[in-house]
Amino acid sequence: MNTSAVFEKARAENRAALIGYLPAGYPSVAGGIDALKAMVDAGVDVVEIGLPYSDPLMDGPVIQAAVDAALRAGTDTTHVLRTVEAVAETGTPALVMSYWNPIDRYGTERFARDLASAGGAGAITPDLLPDDSDEWLPAARAHDLDTVFLIAPSSTDERIALTAEACRGFVYAASTMGVTGTRDQVGDAAAGLVARARTVTQTPLAVGLGVSNGDQAAQIASFADGVIVGSAFVRCMLEADSPAEGARAAGKLAADLAAGVRRR
Amino acid sequence: MEPPVSESSVTSGPGSVGRPGGADRPGRFGPYGGRYVPEALIAALDELDREYQSAAADPAFQAELDGLLRSYSGRPTPVTEVARFGAEAAHGARVLLKREDLNHTGSHKINNVLGQALLTKRIGKRRVIAETGAGQHGVATATAAALMGLECVIYMGEEDTRRQALNVARMELLGATVIPVSTGSRTLKDAINEALRDWVTNVATTNYVFGTVAGPHPFPTLVRDLQRIIGVEARQQVLELTGRLPDAVAACVGGGSNAIGIFHAFVDDADVKLYGFEAGGDGVASGRHAATITAGAPGVLHGARSYLLQDEFGQTIESHSISAGLDYPGVGPEHSWLKDSGRAIYQPVDDAEAMEAFRLLCRTEGIIPAIESAHALAGVRRLGAELGPDAVILVNLSGRGDKDVDTAAKWFGLMEQ
Repeated sequence: MNTSAVFEKARAENRAALIGYLPAGYPSVAGGIDALKAMVDAGVDVVEIGLPYSDPLMDGPVIQAAVDAALRAGTDTTHVLRTVEAVAETGTPALVMSYWNPIDRYGTERFARDLASAGGAGAITPDLLPDDSDEWLPAARAHDLDTVFLIAPSSTDERIALTAEACRGFVYAASTMGVTGTRDQVGDAAAGLVARARTVTQTPLAVGLGVSNGDQAAQIASFADGVIVGSAFVRCMLEADSPAEGARAAGKLAADLAAGVRRR
Repeated sequence: MEPPVSESSVTSGPGSVGRPGGADRPGRFGPYGGRYVPEALIAALDELDREYQSAAADPAFQAELDGLLRSYSGRPTPVTEVARFGAEAAHGARVLLKREDLNHTGSHKINNVLGQALLTKRIGKRRVIAETGAGQHGVATATAAALMGLECVIYMGEEDTRRQALNVARMELLGATVIPVSTGSRTLKDAINEALRDWVTNVATTNYVFGTVAGPHPFPTLVRDLQRIIGVEARQQVLELTGRLPDAVAACVGGGSNAIGIFHAFVDDADVKLYGFEAGGDGVASGRHAATITAGAPGVLHGARSYLLQDEFGQTIESHSISAGLDYPGVGPEHSWLKDSGRAIYQPVDDAEAMEAFRLLCRTEGIIPAIESAHALAGVRRLGAELGPDAVILVNLSGRGDKDVDTAAKWFGLMEQ
C-alpha cells in the first residue's frame, strides 16, 4: 500500500493515520529495524526513518542524543536504505526523513533511485523548501516517490499553497514554532494551521512536533488526517535497559497512540 | 576623509549566473547561498530582508548607524604602514594594515552588530541571540544589546568557553547570558545549531544577530553590506597614502565577514589581487584544519549552499584551528563564488605559520594581533616573496590579540600548559 492509500483507508475508517519516527542505526541497525517492526505491528500506519545527520538543527535533545549515538556507531546512508528495505517488506510505507545535505552529497538522482529500489515510499525534507527543489522534485517523480515538505504556524497562505502543491503523500504541519520534542500541550496553532491549509489543498494534512500520548493523538486526530510522533518513540529507546525492552516500549506506545487516532 | 557610511549603501549580489533555476532567486551567489532552513523561519527571514531593504533606503536609519560607527565605535579606523614588519616578513614590500583592531570591542564585529541591533529595534523585537566562536561577535552583540536595551543571549561552544574564558566574563559583565553548547564538536558550528533552535522557537520576540557572511539569505548580503565599510574606507586611505591601489588585499577567512568586508570595495578593481587565508590548523594534510575552501566540497550547512568540510555521506567534519574565530567547517557563500569565479584566491595557513607572524608583528610593530588576523599576516610573508619589494599589500587586521594572550603565552612557552 502506498502512502496515499493509507490515508484513504484511514479516512474510510473515520480515523487519522498514525505516523511513527525513529532514526536508523539506533541503538543499532538491527535494533532500529526491530523497534520499527514492533511499532508497525502495534498499529503505526506510516514509518519515518531518520537519516542521522551531524547538524540536526530542527531536532531537540532527545532525537539529537539518538542520532549522535547512531553516527558514533558508524551509521551512514547505506544503513538507512537497508532499514527502509526491511520496513518496506512489511508492506508499510517507509519514508526517509533527512536534512538536505546528506541527500545532496549522495547525489539527488542516485538517492531517489536507491530509495525507490529499497522499496521506500518517499522522503520528508525539513530544511529543503519547494522553492529550491528543482532537482529533487523531478528525481522523486521519476522514481514515483512521495515528497513531503513542512508548513508552520508562521507560514503565509501563499507559502502554504506553494508547499502543499509540491507535497505528495501528505503535508507535514508543524504544530508549534520550535524543534522536535515532547510537549505537555500541543498548541492551538496546529488546528488553525490545518484549517488554513484545508482551504488550498486536498492532500492529507499530518501534524507533528510535541505529540507523545494517546490523548494528544486523539486531540490532533479531531482535525488532522495524520498524527506524527517522533521524540516519544525515541525516548522509549533511550530510556530502555536493552534494545528488546526499547522495542517493546515503542510497541506499547504505538498501541496507545493507535487507539488515540481512532478515538477522535 | 569620506563619511564612513555614506558609500556603503546596499548592493546586490555579485551575479546570478549559476545552476539552472537559480538565476533569479534572491540571495544566490552563482550556485551558492539560498535558504536551506525549516519553513518556520521563512517568515522571519522575509521580515528581516524587508526591513533591511527599507532601512538601507532610509536616510534616518543610515544617519543613526553612521553616528554610532563614528562616535561609539571610533570609525573611520586608520590604516597603518608597518615598515619594520614589511622589511622582515614581506621582502620589503609596503605593508598597510587596516586597523579594525582599534574598533570598540576590539574587532570588526562591531560594524555588523550595530547595524543589526538597530534593525532589531526597527522590527520591534526586544531580544537578540547570537552565536560566537572566539567570543568577538558575542562581545560585540552583548555590547550593542547593552547600548540599546535589548535582552541578549549568546550561544558559545563549551570548548570555546574554555579557550576564551575572558570573553565569557566580558559578555556577562555586559549583561548577556552565555549558554555553553555541549553538543557535537562543542565549537562554533554547534553554537549556530543551538542559536537556530532558539530562533525557531522564539522567533516572534527574537532577532538572530548572525555574526558572519554565512547562513540563510539575507544574512550573507546583510552582513556583507554592514562590513563593506572596511574596504570602502581602506581603498580611499590607500589611495591617499600611496597614490595608487594596492597590488593585493589579504584577510583571514573563517566564516568570512572581515574578508568580504575588505574585499568588496576592490572586486571591480581587476588589478587588485584578493587573497583569503584559511586556518590550516595542524596542516591540511593532517586532516586537522579549518581550510574549508581549500579542502572542502560544495554542500549545504547552516542554511546555505557553500563549500564545507564534509565526508562522503554529507556529514560535517569537525574543524581544528588554534584560532577559535576561524574554527568553522563552513564559509560564506559569496567566498565560494569568488573562489569558483577566480576573483579571489584562498590558501591555508597553519597554526605554526600564524603564530610566527603573530610574534613578528608584536616584536616589529608593537601591535598584538588577534590570532585570526595573524593568519592574514602569515599570508603576507608569501605574498611579499611573490609580488616583490615594489608591491603594496593591504591587510585587514580584523582584531586585536588581548583575548589571545593566554593561548599565545602557552604556545611560546611563556606560561605552563
